[in-house]
Amino acid sequence: MRLFIAVFVLLVAVHCEELFNGDQVLRIHAESKDHIQVLKELEKDVDSGLDFWTHGFSTERPVDVRVPHASLYAVKDFLKENNISFAVMINNVQELLDRERAEMVSNTEMERNTKSFNFAAYHDLDTIYSFMDTLVASHSNLISKVKIGSTYENRPMYVLKFSTGGENKPAIWIDAGIHAREWVSHASAVWIADRIATDFKENRAPVPDVLSKMDIYLMIVANPDGYVFSHLTVRPFHRLWRKSRSVTSNPNCPGVDLNRNFDAEFSGPGASDDPCAEDYRGPSAHSEIEVTNIVDFILSHGNFKSFMTLHAYSQLLMYPYGYTGSNAPDQPELHDVATQANKALNSWHGTIYKVGSIFHTIEQASGASVDWAYQHGIKYCFAFELRDTGEYGFLLPADQIVSTARETWFALRYIMQYVSDHPY
Amino acid sequence: MKTVCWTSALVFTLLQLTAALPCVPADPARTHNQTELEMATGELVPTHFPARRAAKVAVHYLNTRHGSPFRVFGLQQVHKATAEDVDAGGRKYSLDFSATEWARSKSVFRCSAVVLFSTAQKTPPDVQLQCEDLQQINTTPQEEAFYHRYSTSDSPVSALDIPDSHGNMSQEMEPFWHLAGVSASFIMLRESSENTEFNMAQVASVTQQETSEKQLMLKYHLLLHDFVSQEILHWQLLSSWSPERGVRVLETQFLPKCPQATGPPSSTPDQ
Repeated sequence: MRLFIAVFVLLVAVHCEELFNGDQVLRIHAESKDHIQVLKELEKDVDSGLDFWTHGFSTERPVDVRVPHASLYAVKDFLKENNISFAVMINNVQELLDRERAEMVSNTEMERNTKSFNFAAYHDLDTIYSFMDTLVASHSNLISKVKIGSTYENRPMYVLKFSTGGENKPAIWIDAGIHAREWVSHASAVWIADRIATDFKENRAPVPDVLSKMDIYLMIVANPDGYVFSHLTVRPFHRLWRKSRSVTSNPNCPGVDLNRNFDAEFSGPGASDDPCAEDYRGPSAHSEIEVTNIVDFILSHGNFKSFMTLHAYSQLLMYPYGYTGSNAPDQPELHDVATQANKALNSWHGTIYKVGSIFHTIEQASGASVDWAYQHGIKYCFAFELRDTGEYGFLLPADQIVSTARETWFALRYIMQYVSDHPY
Repeated sequence: MKTVCWTSALVFTLLQLTAALPCVPADPARTHNQTELEMATGELVPTHFPARRAAKVAVHYLNTRHGSPFRVFGLQQVHKATAEDVDAGGRKYSLDFSATEWARSKSVFRCSAVVLFSTAQKTPPDVQLQCEDLQQINTTPQEEAFYHRYSTSDSPVSALDIPDSHGNMSQEMEPFWHLAGVSASFIMLRESSENTEFNMAQVASVTQQETSEKQLMLKYHLLLHDFVSQEILHWQLLSSWSPERGVRVLETQFLPKCPQATGPPSSTPDQ
């Protein structure tokens, strides 16, 4: 309603007060004292309606003046007669004003759309995808939407790219929702996308600094088919679906656990070869198109320095490896970074997360994305299991989304700053 | 024409029968496909999974003993843990941990427990447990009121999906949800091993049953989540509760996993 009134007022203003239609702004170059004298006399002539934008005339810099449409020919002739050179800087002041107003209205509306987006609710895929478009439109100088491929059921897979420009800058990868039922991970990623954009716009540390050195790629829904399936409401419904929706060797049991399908000790212990199992690894590494899309994108980019993935639940902040209990070469540093990030997370709500390698904190897992990324030279790899610890589990109440997202952001922000401060 | 009709009828009947055939059973405590991991012995890292799994078993036990519609416990964190092999064939965990009361008080209680996992099949773990200051949570007034309301009501309670997909439930349903969690604890305790980690994922349905006993009688269809295998396990159970006698689980039935699952047995298999 407020927006309607604002637009109405603007329209009234525009139509009833087209004061500047046909007016031009001339840039005048005074080259001598005589010229300056002429201009001074022109300025005194109030009837001419000339609106000098520059005050104080000199030969050192140009003088800008808005000339009403009615006086245009007279003023131009006058300047020519006096050998004063000029150029038309603004051809039609009203047109420019109209364009600016239209842009402002459109920007306000888009800001309202992202501001009025309900972050404290779980949304279906279409709503999330349209949120992404709105976010990109409101921050087109910073964010673009990259399609990295399609899913098994032919849905687009999108990554939001946050970039201040430059060619192939070192980059940070964050994904959510590789397991369909972990809804708080998608919901947190939506909030975090908006938060990165806002922090950049409002110049809030460390985001501008991070983005000056690095790009951020954020994939809000890494398993769109599974996510859509988990929203089906026909009983018996499938809210607790985990996997992809590909057809497997068992026609009764579709779907592959995407986070067991990466080529990192694929077929090792910590995944199943039964298509009916929740952690079915798939017939071969990267058999799933969703995984191939991510792998190909990251490899062809070639300059990722950090890979982070959001899951739920258990409140854990982990690093490689999942496939073995042996320490990763960078374990001490990764443990330190995770510990500090955890402190930042805990500082918001006092939520207790535990830190450790995937193998030791959860269990052995093979074919995990984080192991794959690490084995491809991406040092700063972390996996989050968000709220809670089993009270609600996957069905975390929507009123906890924003708190969860915010505390997660505190940890992510720490890690991103660390990564950008430690190039390799 | 007639032949076609009969053939179609036959085919149709056969199809219906096929649809109604029992689902491929899955072992509820199906051991995850992993090599026999050398389970840690001696002092355990409290944040690692062996200590956490054992502590969760102790919390299931705590719920069976002290849970109610207004009292449900969850593991907050493990402070100290040790594990050792025992002669009879099994593993014994000694634990120092904290539990949170989730339902009402949100209070934290310090507990110590000994959890014994037997290597013998189908043997539930044995738990000895002490927690400090449990008596300080007094839920008697709420329990009495709840019991009175539903044991004397004319319309038996019946509900689906607690919580719903968005994690929401009506305030009226909360005690039934807690009761489900306590009832689930009996099953989770019984089915636990060193290779499982159970939580209750959702109440698919609750239906109050008629009874002449001075109990609330509730039939539940519950979804349990095993964090290790990531499986969703469907259990049907009959639970009784009263303020005096607490929660007792009278019958349990495991519902085998159906194709297309994470859902219960369905007579209309999805395509």
